[in-house]
Amino acid sequence: MALKMVKGSIDRMFDKNLQDLVRGIRNHKEDEAKYISQCIDEIKQELKQDNIAVKANAVCKLTYLQMLGYDISWAAFNIIEVMSASKFTFKRIGYLAASQCFHEGTDVIMLTTNQIRKDLSSPSQYDTGVALTGLSCFVTPDLARDLANDIMTLMSHTKPYIRKKAVLIMYKVFLKYPESLRPAFPRLKEKLEDPDPGVQSAAVNVICELARRNPKNYLSLAPLFFKLMTSSTNNWVLIKIIKLFGALTPLEPRLGKKLIEPLTNLIHRVAHGPAPTGPRVPGRCGLLPGPITWALTQWSVSVLISLSSGMPNHSASIQLCVQKLRILIEDSDQNLKYLGLLAMSKILRTHPKSVQAHKDLVLQCLDDKDESIRLRALDLLYGMVSKKNLMEIVKKLMTHVDKAEGTTYRDELLTKIIDICSQSNYQHITNFEWYISILVELTRLEGTRHGHLIAAQMLDVAIRVKAIRRFAVAQMSALLDSAHLVASSPQRSGICEVLYAAAWICGEFSEHLQEPQQTLEAMLRPKVTTLPGHIQAVYVQNVVKLYAAILQQKEQAADTSAAQEVTQLLVERLPQFVQSADLEVQERASCILQLVKHVQKLQAKDVPVAEEVSALFAGELNPVAPKAQKKVPVPEGLDLDAWINEPLSDSESEDEKPKAMFQDEEQRHTKPRAPEADEQELARRREARRQEQANNPFYIKSSPSPQKRYQDAPGVEHIPVVQIDLSVPLKVPGMPLSDQYVKLEEERRHRQRLEKDKRKKKKRERERRGTRRHSSLHTESDEDIAPAQRVDIVTEEMPENALPSDEDDKDPNDPYRALDIDLDKPLADSEKLPVQKHRNAETSKSPEKEDVPLVEKKSKKPKKKEKKHKEKEREKKKKEVEKGEDLDFWLSTTPPAATPALEELEVNTTVTVLKEGQEEPRGEEQDAEEDREQDLEKKPSKHKKKKHKKDKEERPKDKRKSKKKVPPADEEAAEPVENGTLEEEPLPPMSSYILLAENSYIKMTYDVQGSLQKDSQVTVSVVLENQSDSFLKSMELNVLDSLNARLARPEGSSVHDGVPVPFQLPPGISNEAQFVFTIQSIVMAQKLKGTLSFIAKNDEGSTHEKLDFKLHFTCTSYLVTTPCYSDAFAKLLESGDLSMSSIKVDGISMSFHNLLAKICFHHRFSVVERVDSCASMYSRSIQGHHVCLLVKKGEKSVSVDGKCSDPTLLSNLLEEMKETLATC
Amino acid sequence: AWRAKKIQAILVFNNHGKPRLVRFYQRFPEEIQQQIVRETFHLVLKRDDNICNFLEGGSLIGGSDYKLIYRHYATLYFVFCVDSSESELGILDLIQVFVETLDKCFENVCELDLIFHMDKVHYILQEVVMGGMVLETNMNEIVAQIEAQNRLEKSEGGLSAAPARAVSAVKNINLPEMPRNINIGDLNIKVPNLSQFV
Repeated sequence: MALKMVKGSIDRMFDKNLQDLVRGIRNHKEDEAKYISQCIDEIKQELKQDNIAVKANAVCKLTYLQMLGYDISWAAFNIIEVMSASKFTFKRIGYLAASQCFHEGTDVIMLTTNQIRKDLSSPSQYDTGVALTGLSCFVTPDLARDLANDIMTLMSHTKPYIRKKAVLIMYKVFLKYPESLRPAFPRLKEKLEDPDPGVQSAAVNVICELARRNPKNYLSLAPLFFKLMTSSTNNWVLIKIIKLFGALTPLEPRLGKKLIEPLTNLIHRVAHGPAPTGPRVPGRCGLLPGPITWALTQWSVSVLISLSSGMPNHSASIQLCVQKLRILIEDSDQNLKYLGLLAMSKILRTHPKSVQAHKDLVLQCLDDKDESIRLRALDLLYGMVSKKNLMEIVKKLMTHVDKAEGTTYRDELLTKIIDICSQSNYQHITNFEWYISILVELTRLEGTRHGHLIAAQMLDVAIRVKAIRRFAVAQMSALLDSAHLVASSPQRSGICEVLYAAAWICGEFSEHLQEPQQTLEAMLRPKVTTLPGHIQAVYVQNVVKLYAAILQQKEQAADTSAAQEVTQLLVERLPQFVQSADLEVQERASCILQLVKHVQKLQAKDVPVAEEVSALFAGELNPVAPKAQKKVPVPEGLDLDAWINEPLSDSESEDEKPKAMFQDEEQRHTKPRAPEADEQELARRREARRQEQANNPFYIKSSPSPQKRYQDAPGVEHIPVVQIDLSVPLKVPGMPLSDQYVKLEEERRHRQRLEKDKRKKKKRERERRGTRRHSSLHTESDEDIAPAQRVDIVTEEMPENALPSDEDDKDPNDPYRALDIDLDKPLADSEKLPVQKHRNAETSKSPEKEDVPLVEKKSKKPKKKEKKHKEKEREKKKKEVEKGEDLDFWLSTTPPAATPALEELEVNTTVTVLKEGQEEPRGEEQDAEEDREQDLEKKPSKHKKKKHKKDKEERPKDKRKSKKKVPPADEEAAEPVENGTLEEEPLPPMSSYILLAENSYIKMTYDVQGSLQKDSQVTVSVVLENQSDSFLKSMELNVLDSLNARLARPEGSSVHDGVPVPFQLPPGISNEAQFVFTIQSIVMAQKLKGTLSFIAKNDEGSTHEKLDFKLHFTCTSYLVTTPCYSDAFAKLLESGDLSMSSIKVDGISMSFHNLLAKICFHHRFSVVERVDSCASMYSRSIQGHHVCLLVKKGEKSVSVDGKCSDPTLLSNLLEEMKETLATC
Repeated sequence: AWRAKKIQAILVFNNHGKPRLVRFYQRFPEEIQQQIVRETFHLVLKRDDNICNFLEGGSLIGGSDYKLIYRHYATLYFVFCVDSSESELGILDLIQVFVETLDKCFENVCELDLIFHMDKVHYILQEVVMGGMVLETNMNEIVAQIEAQNRLEKSEGGLSAAPARAVSAVKNINLPEMPRNINIGDLNIKVPNLSQFV
C-alpha cells in the first residue's frame, strides 16, 4: 500500500502539467497532431487514477486542448468528478472545463444537480461563486427548475460577491425556466436598491434585458428607474436605464414628456462642459474617462430622444441632438464617427427630416477608408432618400459600386441600392425607365452573389408597373441578346440569374417586343444550354410564349411561310434542351417539342393555329403577396384535420395498390393521343376552367377593388401608353444609360416647375375670379414631384377578407415570448418555485413558501377555493387599477426637484429662490415614491387619502379593512364569527389608531402595519390633525434610531435628518403620512423616541414648534392577519416545533363573540375554528413565525394558551393580549 | 437557434491567428469554433490599426444582430462578439478593463503569460463576464477577488506542487529556444484619441 502511494507520487513527478503540455506542443510544430494524440492517451491514463490532483491536472490540460479544437466531451464524467472535489483548486478546474464543453445535449449534466446545489450552499463564498459561474454557462431547463429556488435564496446572501452573481444568473434561469420569473421578481426588484453598486448594476442589467423584450410589463417600474437614473453615478447603469426608457417611451408617451427635459439638459451639459464632473469612484473601471462618458451619454440620450416620438414640440431637442451628432461624425476618431452614424440612424427612424439635412455628411462618409463606417453610412442613406434626391444618391452609389474593392462591400452596395429604390412600394421612384436602366447597369457587376435580387426586382417592376413593360421588354431583349457577356465566365455565375428574369419578361409580355424573332433566336442559341437548369427551363417555357406571339403576328399578316419557318426553327433547336440533364428542362422541352411538331402538321394542312397556341398563355398573371396563402381564412365549418375519406386499413391498401396502378396505365393508353380540338372545344374548356377557378377556394381571385377592375378589363388598350423616345438615350455613346435619365429628369422637373408656376399664376387669377377648382391638386411641397410616367403600381394581391395579423412576424421559438408575463399580478399558489421537501422547515422565513397551510387545504374545500379565487380576481383588478393610478400619478406631476443629478448644473437656482413654493411639489414627489414602495401592501393610493374627512374615527377603520384584504381569505375566515346567529350583540366601534402625542397645535395618532412580503419592514401610518388656527407646514418627523429599529430615510440623508411630511395642514384639517421602519428582531416590543417639528403660521407670524413622542412598536404590530384552515392548523400544532405559554384573565364581562372580534381586530388574529366558548386562532409574524392560540371562556374569565415558533415572541404577545383583555 | 447571450463569444488570438483564449457563451461544436476563430481573424487582420474598432458582418456568429468589437494590443487581438443591445464603447472599455486586469494580475502581461496560463486567464475573465453578461467593471474589485481566490488556492497547496516544478525545470534545460518575452508594452497605445481629454 505504502509502496503504491510512493509509486503514485513518483509517477506524478513525471506527469505533464499544463505548462509542459504547452511547451511540448510548441516543440512539436511538425507533428503537432501526433504529439497531441500521444498526450491525450497520457491524459486518459491519468484520468483512470484515483488521485484527484492527477485527475484535475488532466482535466486542466483537456481544457487547453479544447481551445485548440479537440472535442473533450468524452471526459465529461471525469470533469464532474473534479467538480465535486472538496478543494477549491480542483473544483475550479472542473467547473472551468464544464463551462467550456457542457451543453444541453450533455447527458451526464443531470448528475451535477446535487453537486451544484451543495456548492451553492457551501460556506465558502468562492465555492459558491465558482458554481454560479459554471452554471451560467451550461444551465439547462432541468437545472434551472431544480436550482431556481436555491439561486433565489442566494440573491439575499450576505456577501455582495455572491448576490451579484446570483442576480445575474437569474436571467439565464428565467430564459430556461420562465415559470421562475414571477416568484423571483419581487426580490429581483428589491436588488435594484441594493447598497452594493455591483449588485445594483447586475439587477439593472437583468431587468433592463428582460424589459427590452417585453417592455409593457415593466412600465410600472418607470418611477424607480427614473430615480435610479437621476441618482446613479455608474455609467453602465445609466446607459442601461436610458436604453430601457427608450423601450418604454413608445408605450407611454407621457413618460417621454417627463424625460425630455432632464435629458435635454444632460446633452447641454455634456456637450458644453469640458468634461462631466460629479462624484466618481477612484480608478477608471466602470466609470469611464471623460470623453467616453461624453460620447456615451450623448449617444444614449440622443437615442432616447429619438425614440420618445409622438411629441410634436420637441423638434428643438432633436435638432440639438442631430447637431451634436454631426460633431461626433466629423470627429477624427473613427469610433466616435461610427457611433455618431449609428445614433443618427436611430433618429432617422422617427425624425427623417432632421437627419436628411445632413445628407452631405453621410455621402462624405461613403468615401471613408473604413468599411464599417461606409456600411453605417449606407444604412443611413436608406432612410434619407426622397423623391427629390433618389436619383442623385443612387448615382453616387453607382460610382462607388464601380470603385469598390472586395465583393462583400460591393454586394452590400448592390443590395442597398435595390433596397433604397424598392422601399415602401417604390415610393420614391418617379421614373421607372431610370430604375430599369439602373438594374441593367448592375448586371455588369462582376462576381456578385446577388443576381437573384436584381432578377426579382426586374420581374417585380415589369409585372407591377404596367406602363413600363414596353421599355422593360426592350431592355430585357437587349440583355438576352448579349447574354454571352452576362454569363461568359464562371465568376459571373451569380449574375446569370438576371437572364431568368429577362427571359420570362420577354416571353410573358411578348406583345411589346419590336423584334420578337430576333429575341427568339437569341433564346435558342446553343450557348444557352450552359446556363443553370432552372434558367434553361424558363427559357424553354418562354420560347413558346414568344413563338405564340410570332405565329399570331405572321398569321395576321397572312405570311404563312414565315410562320412555318419559325416552327421549323423550334423543331430544329428544341432537341438540344430535350437532351438536358436537368429533368425540368428535359420534361418541358419534350412536351413542347411534341406540341410544336403537331402545330407543324397543322400548318402543313394550312390550318390557322395561332389562336389556339396563344390560348395556352391566355390571361394575365397577377402579383400575389408573399403571405397571401397563409392569410386565407379557413371557411366556417371546414375542418382541415378531418379525414375526407376514412383511411383504408394498411392491409387493404397494399392489396389495392397494384390494381390501381394497372387501371391507371390502361386509361392512359386509351386516351386520345393528341386532342384535335376545334375552336369551340377550346372555348368550352376555357369556360370550364374559369368556372372551376371561380369555385375553387384556393385559386386567388381578383379582388373587386376599383384598381383591380380596371386591371381585369380585357386587353391592354387601357394601359396608359407612354411616349418614350428610346432613340435619344440609347444612342448617346460612352455615358451610362441611367445618367442620361438623371439629366432628362432634371430637365423634366425644371419644365414641370415652370409649368406649375404658370398654373399657379393662372390659378391665382382664377381664384381672383372666384373659381377654385383644382386647388387641392397642387400643394407647394418639394416632395410633390409628379412621376414621369403615369405609373400604376399594382399592389400585391391578398385574399379577400384576409385576416390582418402580425403573428407571422413572431418567431415561435423566441424564448422571450415565454417571459411575457404580467408581473403586477399577485402570485398564485401554484406558481411557487419547486422546493426540495426537507428544506421546508429550515427556510420557512422566505415568503415564497409561507402559505403552506393554505395550499394543503385548498384541495379539500373546492367551494372555498372558488370563492377565494374570485376574491383574488377582485384583488387583482383593484391592484391593477392602483398600479395604473400610481404610475398615472407619478407621470402627472413634474416635480422640479425630481432631477437631483441635473440640479448640480443649475447651481441651486431653483433651490434658493422658492422657499415657499418648494414644499408642495417636493411633497408630491415623496408621496409618489412612498406610494410605490407600498404597492405591495396595497394601500389605497395617496391622493385618495388626501381627501379631507370629518369623521376621523370612521376613517381609520375603513383603512383597516382595506388593509386586511392582504390575505385573500381573511374576511371569509372571520365570517363565521361576525355573521354568527348566536350573538346578535352589536360590535363596539374599534380603532387600531392609538394616540401618539398631542399639544395645542397638533394631535398625532398612529398605527403600525407589517407585510408578509417584507420580513424586516413595518409601515407606521400617522394621522396628523391640526387642532389650532394656524397653518402648519414644513413638518418633519424624526426619530432616534435604535440598533434594532431604524427609520427609512430618503437616499443620501444622514441618520440625523428627519423625513419630511409630504403635506401641509390648514387649520382643523387632518391627514395621514406613512413612514417605513426597518426592524431587525421582532420578538420584543420596543419604543423609539422621536420629534415632530413644524412651522406654525398665523396672522401674527410664524413660529417653529415641535412635539416629542414615543413610538411604541408592540409585538402585535409585527403580526399580519393570516387565515389558516383547521387541518393545517392541526398539523402545525402536531409538528412539535412550537413552544407553549398561557395566560388567564379574570373579570371578563364581554360576550365571547365580541371578545374574539376584539382579539381579531387588535391583535390581528383570525379564527380558525370555534366550538361553543372555545376557539382556535392563528396569526403569523412578518418574519414568518406561526402563532396559534386556543381561547377558552369560563365564567367571567378567559384563558389563552399560545403556541409559537419563538417563545419570547409568544410571551410578549400574550402579555400585550392580557392588557387588552383586562379592559373587557 | 435563438441567442439569448448578450456577449456571444470572447476570442483572443495573436497576429498569426493562433488562439490564446476561446470563450463561447453559446454552444458550437469544436470544429465550428475553430472556423469562427479563423474567420474572425481574417476579418480583423485586413483592417488598419487606425480605423474604428467595430465590425459588422461576421457570417458565422449571429448575423446582422451581432457585431465584433475588438482591440489590438501589440501581438494580440481581443475580440468580443456582442449583440446589438450592448453599448459599443462600453464593451470597448470592458476590453480595456480586462486587459488592464490581466496586466495587474500577471505583472506586465505578455503573450507568453496567456500561452502558459490559459486557465488563469479564464479565471480572470470569469470575474468580468459571466455567462455572456457583464458582471463587474470595477478593476479593483476584480483584482481583489482574483487575489483572494489565489490565496485560497495557495493555502490548499496549489495544483502543481513542488516536485512537478522541479521536473519542469529539468526539462527546460533541453529546450532549444525559450520563447522570448514579448511585452505588450504601453496599454494605451490604441486609445490616444480617447484619453487625451482626460
